[in-house]
Amino acid sequence: MEDLRQTATGYGLPATARKEAIRTFDLATHTVRELNQFLHKELVASGVTKVMVSNPDGAHSIACGVNAPVDIEINGHAGYYVAGMNKHAHVVVNGNAGPGAAENMMSGLVRVRGFASTSAGASARGGCLIIEGDASLRCGISLKGADIVVGGSVGSFSAFMAQAGRMVICGDAGDALGDSLYEAVIYVRGEVKSLGADARYEEMTAADFGTVKQLLDLAGFDYSPQEFRRIASARQLYHWNADAQQEY
Amino acid sequence: MSINELNASRAADAGQHPLSREESATLDRRAIDYVQRAAATGLYEIRGLGAKRAVPNFDDLVFLGASLSRYPLEGYREKCSTRTLLGTRFASKPVTLEIPITIAGMSFGALSANVKEALGRAATEMGTSTTTGDGGMTAEERDSSKTLVYQCLPSRYGFDPDDVRRADAIEIVIGQGAKPGGGGMLLGQKVNPRVAAMRTLPQGVDQRSASRHPDWTGPDDLAIKIRELREITDWEKPIYVKVGATRVFNDVKLAVHAGADVVVVDGMQGGTAATQTCFIEHVGIPTLAALRQAVDALEDLNVRGQVQLVISGGIRTGADVAKALAMGADAVSIGQGVLVALGCNSETYLQGDEHLSALADYHRLGTAPGFCHHCHTGKCPVGVTTQDPLLEQRLQPLVGARRVRNYLKTLNMELTTIARACGKQDVHHLEREDLVALTVESAAMARLPLAGTTWIPGHNEK
Ligand code: SF4
Repeated sequence: MEDLRQTATGYGLPATARKEAIRTFDLATHTVRELNQFLHKELVASGVTKVMVSNPDGAHSIACGVNAPVDIEINGHAGYYVAGMNKHAHVVVNGNAGPGAAENMMSGLVRVRGFASTSAGASARGGCLIIEGDASLRCGISLKGADIVVGGSVGSFSAFMAQAGRMVICGDAGDALGDSLYEAVIYVRGEVKSLGADARYEEMTAADFGTVKQLLDLAGFDYSPQEFRRIASARQLYHWNADAQQEY
Repeated sequence: MSINELNASRAADAGQHPLSREESATLDRRAIDYVQRAAATGLYEIRGLGAKRAVPNFDDLVFLGASLSRYPLEGYREKCSTRTLLGTRFASKPVTLEIPITIAGMSFGALSANVKEALGRAATEMGTSTTTGDGGMTAEERDSSKTLVYQCLPSRYGFDPDDVRRADAIEIVIGQGAKPGGGGMLLGQKVNPRVAAMRTLPQGVDQRSASRHPDWTGPDDLAIKIRELREITDWEKPIYVKVGATRVFNDVKLAVHAGADVVVVDGMQGGTAATQTCFIEHVGIPTLAALRQAVDALEDLNVRGQVQLVISGGIRTGADVAKALAMGADAVSIGQGVLVALGCNSETYLQGDEHLSALADYHRLGTAPGFCHHCHTGKCPVGVTTQDPLLEQRLQPLVGARRVRNYLKTLNMELTTIARACGKQDVHHLEREDLVALTVESAAMARLPLAGTTWIPGHNEK
């Protein structure tokens, strides 16, 4: 079986490593369409390396579908799907994020300084999502290779059917954590209300401590990797079997 | 002599004991088979293709060709347009098709890469679209398809923004006719290294995919999801929403409200590569009934012509296509018919110029040509629904492309033949008034008059 558990994810260099040229979009006077049009079609030729977004006011789809190494800073709360399907960009939300933050992200880094609503990082395939506050239900659902670090707690059904990638939860987790997990691995520091079907606690290895340290360092959280427990799939649901008392 | 005495004397003549062969209607051989299979395995049956039971369908309708009250077009001489535009509502680059017959979404994984390539080639030659499936987009299908619809499914296997950008339209799949409310399945024998890598799954797992999208839940969320996809595609590409046929009237309205450019409705006869039989046969409504409800919903919202309707689920012939269009569909989508064109359920497969027998391989699966529904096994005897490196060689892309092209061509010729006979210069001018129903059930479902009467059951009754 191919090992999907140690997926290498490239976060890329932040664009600010290069000379900074800033463009500001005030969403009180510009539309999300104008912002995204710029990010998709004009950014590369413009030489802009940092985009500041002010007055987001909970607008949806801010900076989704970006496909370039650029720094994007959103000053305020974002609505649904902020940085959805992100490739290469480093996005910071100085506020809370609505459902589906960084959903299906391919690479790059997304940091939410506040809380994230449901389905944060859903199906994300690469890159890293950092949520400094709590994340709601279904965080990391269908995860496919990205890393997620949550500074606070996560809601129920998080990492449901997560296939690959790593999730570090510094606080607590709700019910059914890691239900029907494939090869993604979860590290939790706090209490877990309940594990989902086929998820189980496993021994932390040296490699696990290293992974947790690397992700905590990246996120800037000052916890000891020794405080975390590892949760992974027992792989009992991988094949249909009449004697396993499974619910399909 | 009574019949029993007669039977007894016949049996005695033949030197046998008399046999009673009275079958139970409740526990007939099919039901006995079902119970015994369940008792032996402790698992529900999973199989491929679509519903096998008879339901009211397009065969139950006939056209009223032109005569004195209508004027026909000359069959071979007068032009009859089949051009079809999809996605005119919000997309700046709608899809233009030469024929209103598209190829339905079927996954790489369920189908081999050769088959995906064959479908792309045939669709391109005929000026129509093909569709990805629950396993991501392959280079083979993108390269061979001029117009490719990219599905966004609950599983999101292999979903990639680069493919969103490479696609010609996006189809958000809420459900499919074979299993409305159910997620995808792909049994371990088909999860080979390439399929596994594309789906980010361990090789060989019995894959069950989600039935709910991971990042949205209800119709209000769907509206926001559609806007995200529009933003990512810079409002260029049509967004389709596909539903399995159940509460079609409401679902189509919700899809329109959510901002769909095109609604795809898949009836219960629609196919699958692997689904529980109880789902295939017992969940969802027939395509005929679904189509009428979908058209009613568009008419109710006054968006016909603005939001296009694609119907699928058991469409086989040019007459089926013509009837679907007359009832109000803008286009049809075909899955199983296309697989049969490729050789599904055929006794032989073609290698070079030679037809080789596949009978022994059907027998090994416990079936025979004409009865096979064993796509889920991955051991397709004619190389269509397989990932086996030897079996998939039984279907070469060029051979498959030619057969699918011929099939689509035939359907289109039949479609225009019927349209001309009804006096239409454009197949999209076919209308409900051109149709009548042959059975009370189909008349009620399609809300068309029973042939020879003005009676529409349940409709124009006082
Ligand atoms: S012949 Fe192949 S495609 Fe057709 S039903 Fe059998 S396994 Fe499926």
